[in-house]
Amino acid sequence: MMPLFDFPGGIHPPENKAQSSATPIRQAPLPPQLHVALRQSMGNAARPCVAVGDRVAKGQLIATADGRLSAAVHAPTSAVVSAIAPQPFAHPSGLPELAITLDSDGEERWIERQPLHDWAQRSGAEIRDFLAQMGIVGLGGAVFPSHLKLGVSQLETLVINGAECEPYISCDDRLMRERADAICDGIAVTHHALQARQVLIGIEDNKPQAIAAMQAAAAMHGYRVVAVPTKYPSGGAKQLIHVLTGKAIPHGVRATEHGVQCFNVATVYAIGRAVLHGEPLISRIVTLTGAVDAAANVEALIGTPLASLLALARPHHDSKEVVMGGPLMGFTLPDLAAGLTKAGNCLLVKSPALFPPRPPAQPCIRCGDCASACPVSLQPMDLFWFAKAKNFDKAQQWQLFDCIECGACSYVCPSQIPLVDYYRFAKSEIWGAERDKNAANLARQRHEFRQFRLQRDKTEKAQRLADKAAQAAARQAASHSAAANLAPAADPKQAAIAAAMARAAAQREAAPLPEQHSSGLNDAKQAAIAAAMARAAARKTAADEAKAASGQPPTPPPQSSGLDDAKQAAIAAAMARAAARKNAADEAKAASGQPPSPTPQSSGLDDAKQAAIAAAMARAAARKAAADQAKANQQPDS
Amino acid sequence: MTAIHSTHIAKPATVSTVMLKVLAALLPGIALSVYCNGIGILLQLLLASLTALGAEAAMLRLRGVPVWPALKDLSAIVTAWLLALSLPPLGGWWMIVVATLFAIIVAKQLYGGLGNNPFNPAMAGFALMVVSFPAQMAQWGSPQLPLDATAQWQWIFLHTLAPGSVPDAISSATPLDVLKTGLRQGQALAGLLPQSSAQGLIALGWLVGGLWLWRQKLIPWQTPVAMLAGLLTLALPLWLWQPAQYASPLLHLLQGGTLLAAAFIVTDPVSGASTPKGRLIFGFGVGLLTYVIRVFGNFPDGIAFAVLLMNMTVPLLDQYTRPAVFGHRKGRS
Repeated sequence: MMPLFDFPGGIHPPENKAQSSATPIRQAPLPPQLHVALRQSMGNAARPCVAVGDRVAKGQLIATADGRLSAAVHAPTSAVVSAIAPQPFAHPSGLPELAITLDSDGEERWIERQPLHDWAQRSGAEIRDFLAQMGIVGLGGAVFPSHLKLGVSQLETLVINGAECEPYISCDDRLMRERADAICDGIAVTHHALQARQVLIGIEDNKPQAIAAMQAAAAMHGYRVVAVPTKYPSGGAKQLIHVLTGKAIPHGVRATEHGVQCFNVATVYAIGRAVLHGEPLISRIVTLTGAVDAAANVEALIGTPLASLLALARPHHDSKEVVMGGPLMGFTLPDLAAGLTKAGNCLLVKSPALFPPRPPAQPCIRCGDCASACPVSLQPMDLFWFAKAKNFDKAQQWQLFDCIECGACSYVCPSQIPLVDYYRFAKSEIWGAERDKNAANLARQRHEFRQFRLQRDKTEKAQRLADKAAQAAARQAASHSAAANLAPAADPKQAAIAAAMARAAAQREAAPLPEQHSSGLNDAKQAAIAAAMARAAARKTAADEAKAASGQPPTPPPQSSGLDDAKQAAIAAAMARAAARKNAADEAKAASGQPPSPTPQSSGLDDAKQAAIAAAMARAAARKAAADQAKANQQPDS
Repeated sequence: MTAIHSTHIAKPATVSTVMLKVLAALLPGIALSVYCNGIGILLQLLLASLTALGAEAAMLRLRGVPVWPALKDLSAIVTAWLLALSLPPLGGWWMIVVATLFAIIVAKQLYGGLGNNPFNPAMAGFALMVVSFPAQMAQWGSPQLPLDATAQWQWIFLHTLAPGSVPDAISSATPLDVLKTGLRQGQALAGLLPQSSAQGLIALGWLVGGLWLWRQKLIPWQTPVAMLAGLLTLALPLWLWQPAQYASPLLHLLQGGTLLAAAFIVTDPVSGASTPKGRLIFGFGVGLLTYVIRVFGNFPDGIAFAVLLMNMTVPLLDQYTRPAVFGHRKGRS
């Protein structure tokens, strides 16, 4: 018996899993039409790579990943593409999403499947790429692309999450009972890619049959099945990792930094199907439960209209709403015409009899029940107060973003306050403000860069003119002196005098700057200035050439307001590069002991200011890049 | 804000059920109080409840808040009962009415009603009476009062007694008051100790109610335990040092509503600290201050002032005693 580590808080709501876990997984019938949404991961929606009218085979790629957190989408069955248009989508906002509508031909004709039979000889990177093509995402609900979680190796512990702590849901339970061997095959692949020292499979002790089945299957692999005490939310990735390893991983830190990685059982099952059988992620197991006559688990194709899935469970007549997910973290579906997504682990039918509406909220009496229930030791009553008062700074100081939105606080609140709603509200307000701030920053940067660029162009134009005039004057002077002193040209002394005179003449003529008319600049100084101008011009030309060679636009292109992150990052980077080049040139100038290029005539930016802008731009770019990195590194719950 | 995100299940608990359980937990103590002091206390409870409900309803109306949902949370009744149990059982009817009106109107509703009051309303009402009517507040009534029910009611409402009664019995001071006055006059401690075990018996009733609330997970253990610990921290060493001068810790525990406060007053969640550590500090502070005011201060009992003083520290306590968030080290915010 290995030692287990309790996490703070937690609740014990009625489990209500028996209704759906009693019967084996059924195959949902093939629907005549599927709406496969292109947003099947936490990243961008995928880009369709088929056209309306195309015939597609089962498992054929129909949309490619767009960006790092995006996931590829495959045809769940052989069909004809009948539309690529916005469709109802399983999201609390109720906003439609672009989806590929497939009219199934009923043949279930597969593409040629190409399993990775020799996965044991393949590197982690190869397996990673393969899974990315297969559109595998975390099936515990977070739909984080799984291949991104395989980027590390030499882990201490690989945690397989079979806790399934939320009431009513039993899809993982049934999967473990019925397909334990296939799950272990998937674990084997994952284990190989991650090179973890040990594999721990955590299952809540309210699922004895699943534990027994997994133990039988895992024995030959040497994986350890651990029965963890039933307590919501032990199925949260970080909670389960803590229970099994004692490692408390704070918000914003990757589990891998502590040598742990966590996968949901359904996800490793999908990994196994993909690698061993060449099947992309086109179906999943869904629990149909709640106010229904025939609660069950069905294996359904991604894109199956939710209404047709629900019909299989025969909802009660008084059923009102349908929740996707569990009763604590799920959301009410705005439209049942939406197709099943990879995130859809459970459809919970609500009826007033089974789910009495929440009584109206009463004032918070600071009883602290929420704080005792919070699995991350927050002070929910304080956060509620701050969110209500829109005191978002304070909310962040009280670590609002450590909240995993498990709903334990809302569940125990005697005042019946929907606490999690307040936290989501506060989070989205903070995100909104952050976006606005970033947009304003970007606009300011662009403005400052434009000012800087205009100034620079102006200065350079003046330099070019000055150089041209100087050269013309020098030529003129040279020809004059040559004509005047043809014979004694051999005399070095006279030649020197002539040259000096020519220079003087040239400088007199090439005096575009008003101050030069009045001031008594000596020759040497003027010559130095001219030389500096020439050098600057040369440098500028070289820089432009370099710019052109590197394929960079010399100035940022005009921006529309709808830029995506990647584009913004690229612009910021380009700005930073240009600024850095400019900076380097200035530094070189300063180092050579020369006066800087003629000071701008207008009250434009001085060097220090420009350098500051450049530095700020570089910093912004770095921050942005870091933020992107952090976003990408965030670990989902599966 | 829409409710589509909300958790779809919740414990059936409501504020009303919480308050109802608190009232139920008071019953053993009330029963023992009636047994020892007669049924005058029931009249006080009734007067306090009616006043509290009336004042609460009027204030809610004035504030433009729906009256019924707030009234049925029963928090006004809890305040009323705690006040009635803190005031002299045979005090005039106007005393409990004034105290309750102040508690509900000023200490609770003017601050925004339930959940927003920084001070314990019952203790604010009590403090007002102690400061304003010290003489009347000191008349506790002798435990073996030879008054029957009718006489008690008559006394409370009309301040008159049937011929043949002993007015002395009614105006007798509280044991703590007797103790304090006597000690100041140089009398021996032994002769000043209460002759009856009635207060101790009633205190037992509060203890039973408190333990039940704790078992029901409606009050935390930290605040009451820390309060008693704070009281004993001073009472025990001083008593051991000079037993002739300082009353025994047991007397401090059983007299003056110490256990009533420990179980029902310092555990008020609204005006108390809400973190485990904050609760320990809050309770300990109440205990210490209670002893200091009782023994060295001018008032015979100090619980109300101790609670009000510690109420002021709550925002600070809550801020600086937050537990470390999961995975974060202590002290990082």
